[in-house]
Amino acid sequence: MNTPLLEATQLEVHIGGHRICRDLDWRVGTGESWAILGRNGAGKSTLLATLAGLRPQQGGRLSVAGLALPHASLGAGARAMARVRGYLSQHQFDPFASTVMETVLVGRHPHLGRWDWESAEDRRIAEAALNELGLDGFAEREVQTLSGGERQRLAVAQLLAQQPQLFLLDEPLTHLDLSHQVAVMELFGRRAAAGAAIVAVLHDPGFAARYCRQALLLFGNDEWLAGPAADIITAENLTRLYGHPLRELSADGQRWFVPC
Amino acid sequence: MPSRRRALLSLAILIGLALLSVLVALAAGSLSVSAADILSALSGNKGGLAVEVIGGLRLPRALAAFACGGLLALAGVLMQVLLRNPLADPYVLGISGGAAVGALAAMLAGLTLALMNLAAFAGALAAMLMVFGLAHGDASWTRSRLLLTGVIVAAGCGAIVALILSIAPEEDLHGMLFWLMGDLGYATSPWPALMVLALGLVVTLPFARELNLLSRGDTLAQALGVSVKHVKLGIYVLASLLTAVAVTTAGSIGFIGLVVPHLVRLAMIRLGWGNDQRLLLPASALFGGSLLVLADTLARTVIAPQQLPVGVLTALLGVPVFLFLLGRQPSEHQ
Repeated sequence: MNTPLLEATQLEVHIGGHRICRDLDWRVGTGESWAILGRNGAGKSTLLATLAGLRPQQGGRLSVAGLALPHASLGAGARAMARVRGYLSQHQFDPFASTVMETVLVGRHPHLGRWDWESAEDRRIAEAALNELGLDGFAEREVQTLSGGERQRLAVAQLLAQQPQLFLLDEPLTHLDLSHQVAVMELFGRRAAAGAAIVAVLHDPGFAARYCRQALLLFGNDEWLAGPAADIITAENLTRLYGHPLRELSADGQRWFVPC
Repeated sequence: MPSRRRALLSLAILIGLALLSVLVALAAGSLSVSAADILSALSGNKGGLAVEVIGGLRLPRALAAFACGGLLALAGVLMQVLLRNPLADPYVLGISGGAAVGALAAMLAGLTLALMNLAAFAGALAAMLMVFGLAHGDASWTRSRLLLTGVIVAAGCGAIVALILSIAPEEDLHGMLFWLMGDLGYATSPWPALMVLALGLVVTLPFARELNLLSRGDTLAQALGVSVKHVKLGIYVLASLLTAVAVTTAGSIGFIGLVVPHLVRLAMIRLGWGNDQRLLLPASALFGGSLLVLADTLARTVIAPQQLPVGVLTALLGVPVFLFLLGRQPSEHQ
């Protein structure tokens, strides 16, 4: 079997003196799409940032495409790492004026040499990413004039322009209306089908069950569960996960979970 | 972002503006000179009084003004990226305060000009190290912490400056006030400042795209392959050094470091070029330099034979111009 895109061995992660997980053994291979579920403060985002190599783990080993983290994502290795894994942050900042096109092209940074300027090919990739997010015609718009949902789609477009193999998504559906939530999940589903790997922090277990093949549940007390979504995302597990009773409803082969 | 060709074209125009501003500075003054005198002085000939005045006084002063303007504008861009705040200026982290304490203490002690410059530089470095050391703390180096430490150190320096002014003998006060307001009359040789400006550009330009990313947030920059910690440390040290050299050369000239990057950005946004540091860095340096050369020429000619401190002039002229341009800028939400 080839090297998994992401591999955690005996992983231990803390934040602010609080332990999020311990002895986490987990592999993410190509073509897989994982949902990370957990209640507020369970450490989903912290774990994701650790997987991205943006913060060091407190114990255990972690590697992305065979490169050991956090070392491989710091210093000179950061650029090579950015060609393999992409990270969608929960928050976007625009302190300075900038156009939509310029913002998407930022995603091309790891592919450009020190003295390179963005080529026609980079622009084509950026335009294709904008089109895929329904942002065609927005290229010259000022970023600070976008709505919350449009800004979030722009962040996703920037990530697509980066063309990583491993997509780490922290609440990719924030600010999106229902149709765009579906569009974004389907878009990442296509990326997974084409050989990429997706790890997404999600809040809606129904979306997770529908669009992700695997799930990792973080209980926030060292406990975790990982496996096929069909087995892991159950009313019983979710009730324990969220500390609130949930019921499963199904229709036309889809499963939905509603609070009792 | 501009295409590479357009960026180079813009820079060529700005280089033309810079040369023009220096020519104006050479020609203007109480002693009128001819074009032949200027040519003769520039080709290094010894000649009459006019050639001496141009080559010995006006040229070094114009070059020093250009270097200081460029240094301050460049440091301004870097500080704004580092603090991710368009309101940051080169003095925001207390460097000019430290330099002022050094320079004024040297004046009070009656030291020579060269020693005064040395004291100013030492003061700037001391302030920089103090802010860095204190803000670094437990190695978590947040922007608000850096900014607050800088502001507090600046306030402390301000108090010491006020103390020195209040105990200084009457005859020193005039010189001290001119230094505080920024005055190129203290510039001795332009070459150190010009060399540091060139060095600053050579060091920052290869990292311009990294700075673009950094201005959009540390997390994004790190995730896209910028070695954030190293680049930020580099920006901090470099911006501090550039500011220290500028302040040492000409006192604390306000306004240039804050507003020149904004004027250049406004122009770039008008052209649909956004906020690209690959053009912003060199364009700000050239524009800031040219602006200070012109301002200094005005400062020494407008009520000649008396001279004005150039820092007062940059602010007096710059503030209304900037407000006017800002008012014409279409609102973000239209």
